[in-house]
Amino acid sequence: MSAPRPRYSDEQFKSLFEPGGVIVAGASTHPAKFGFTALHNILANGFAGRVFATNLEGGDILGVPTVAGIEQLPDGEADLVFVCTPAGANESVLRACAAKGVRAAFITSAGYGEAGEQGREAEARLVALCEELGILLAGPNGQGLVSTPASLCAQIVAPYPPAGGIAIASQSGNFVSSLMNYAVQTGVGISRAVSAGNAAALTVGDLLSWYGRDEETQVALGYVEGVADGRRFYDQVRAVSEDKPVVLVKGGMTPGGQQAAASHTGSLASEGRVFEGAMRQAGVCRAATIEEAFEAAATFATQPLPKGPRTIVITTAGGWGVVTADAIWGSSLELMGLPDDLRASIDQKLPPRWSRSNPIDMAGGETRDTIPEVLEVVASHPEVDAVVYLGLGIQSNTARGLMTGRFYPEYGLERIADFHQRQDRRFATAAAEVSQATGKPVLTATELALADPNNPGPATVRETGRLCYPSANRAVTALEHMWRYSQWRQRRGLSV
Amino acid sequence: MPTLSEADSKKLLAAQGIPVPTEEVASDPDGAAAAATRIGFPVVAKLCGDGIAHKTERGLVRLGLADPAAVRDAAAALLGAATPEDGPVGVLVAPMVSGLRELIAGLVRDAQFGPCVMVGLGGVLAEAVADVAFGVAPITRVEAGEMIDGLASQAILGPLRGEPAVDRERLIDVLVGLSALAGDPSVVSVDLNPMIVSAGVPVAVDALVEVAGAGAGGGR
Repeated sequence: MSAPRPRYSDEQFKSLFEPGGVIVAGASTHPAKFGFTALHNILANGFAGRVFATNLEGGDILGVPTVAGIEQLPDGEADLVFVCTPAGANESVLRACAAKGVRAAFITSAGYGEAGEQGREAEARLVALCEELGILLAGPNGQGLVSTPASLCAQIVAPYPPAGGIAIASQSGNFVSSLMNYAVQTGVGISRAVSAGNAAALTVGDLLSWYGRDEETQVALGYVEGVADGRRFYDQVRAVSEDKPVVLVKGGMTPGGQQAAASHTGSLASEGRVFEGAMRQAGVCRAATIEEAFEAAATFATQPLPKGPRTIVITTAGGWGVVTADAIWGSSLELMGLPDDLRASIDQKLPPRWSRSNPIDMAGGETRDTIPEVLEVVASHPEVDAVVYLGLGIQSNTARGLMTGRFYPEYGLERIADFHQRQDRRFATAAAEVSQATGKPVLTATELALADPNNPGPATVRETGRLCYPSANRAVTALEHMWRYSQWRQRRGLSV
Repeated sequence: MPTLSEADSKKLLAAQGIPVPTEEVASDPDGAAAAATRIGFPVVAKLCGDGIAHKTERGLVRLGLADPAAVRDAAAALLGAATPEDGPVGVLVAPMVSGLRELIAGLVRDAQFGPCVMVGLGGVLAEAVADVAFGVAPITRVEAGEMIDGLASQAILGPLRGEPAVDRERLIDVLVGLSALAGDPSVVSVDLNPMIVSAGVPVAVDALVEVAGAGAGGGR
């Protein structure tokens, strides 16, 4: 199936995400104003293109000589204008920008569709004007955009995330910020991010659709409250799903949330179950929360897609395994039985007290090389589709206790703490290497990812570029998203 | 919004491969009794006409009629209950379809997503359970299967108290048949409520097709 005809050309999207130069219209000398923050963030995060700024009084801001009017800027040097001027000034700003060759505008100004009848009329005029001028219109009332391949941080919120394969389109600017905070925390990075604001012209669906064509993006992540044209949105995300995964959070699924959405973006939430059905049919991974959405997207961006549901849990402690087995049982994944030959292989590596079933509970029988070896033999088994590994970081956790006590480093504590930490680094590296070698997902989960992110276990998982899941249940949820998407593709004869 | 009579609704559905009972429309009590004899007892008799949408509420359904005399009496009473607003009417005579499970299915035209096919759990608990799944028409057989998998009450679709599992392929036939009707702009909505699962096959024992008004040319 082909996607609906894009509202904007790929050249216009390139002007938005990879501009040669940017104009900040309405730059401010006051550090608390959006017009200052936007210019600051563009300059401070390494944007390589030219940066221009307008300010009615002229003068220097952050080393950029401002001009009073766009007319004074050189021709053909900027592709994107970041608009921080009051709504009333925007028509003349945009006309002047178009004359200078600008092809895309991000408009932060409020006072449009969210501001009553007059605002809605102003928004309609803005849309018509940009159409007349051939300018891609993002916003208004948005918080900005990020494009890491261009080192572009054109936003009035924070943070600037690490580079990676997740592209974000959101009706809520603050959720963009939340997701980028997760990117900073976990190290799983972002390609593009746009706060769509009122989405007067450029919609979340248009962005997701372009992310499908964007070579820098591996997975598209959206937040919507309502969509203006459900059928078009459906056709757009469905076409993306055929190329790469789409993760979506839909706000306003309950009457309470719908009421909040109406006053937030003025969009009417469509009937929940029709939306739900349409998204399932389109292959979209629906997440209930923003952290679930981020973790699903991060998993798609960093793990191979499972070809089947058969999952093995490897754990160093019984209780963790039991609860994880429950989570898998309650999902569409399969807590597979241990094949006889695999059981026999593990018998070679562990003393007889290990569980001899799935979850594979090593029950403290592991020695120096056991964990990497068991990971390898389990993931390599042809019947196994996915692995969840629990218990990373406990040796370093013990080391931390030794290192913070008053006896350290005497009594041989330094040597043993070093050993413990080295082991966890090995285990984290082994999990990533085994996954790469086998083409199967291997998810590592420990609360230490949050409780002690500098623990060498989770820290090394981050260094491998992967997500260390804060709990086994969250790993299982992320893995199930992958399996559902894999099934959706397989049923349609698409590659996995 | 005008509706087709139950008999005409079912004719339209049967042409799309949706299982409906073998039934006949009679114009008088003797004709109804003769039809019942051909169909086999027990039967159900209902007043049937283009304008009749709420049969149960109006007491226009008689169940479990065991012999010709009972059919004759019921038919006379049903015809007597018709009002001038009902227009031309007849008596629909149908076999009693029995089964423990009821499902619902339909076609709706959603303001956001356009024509959508629906499937769900039916019966007296349906409203409380509210287990339904939608798909955007047109749907493929694979997508119809995914809708069925999207229902929460999977256990109810399996073998149940001596009855076989719901025949998945026949239920997919129903959903794909409804999807095909989405392409006809004169069909505004379809409501199959209930479908009784009989020997695994979901049979539309009642059906209501809403059609676009004369000259309205479809839409919602």
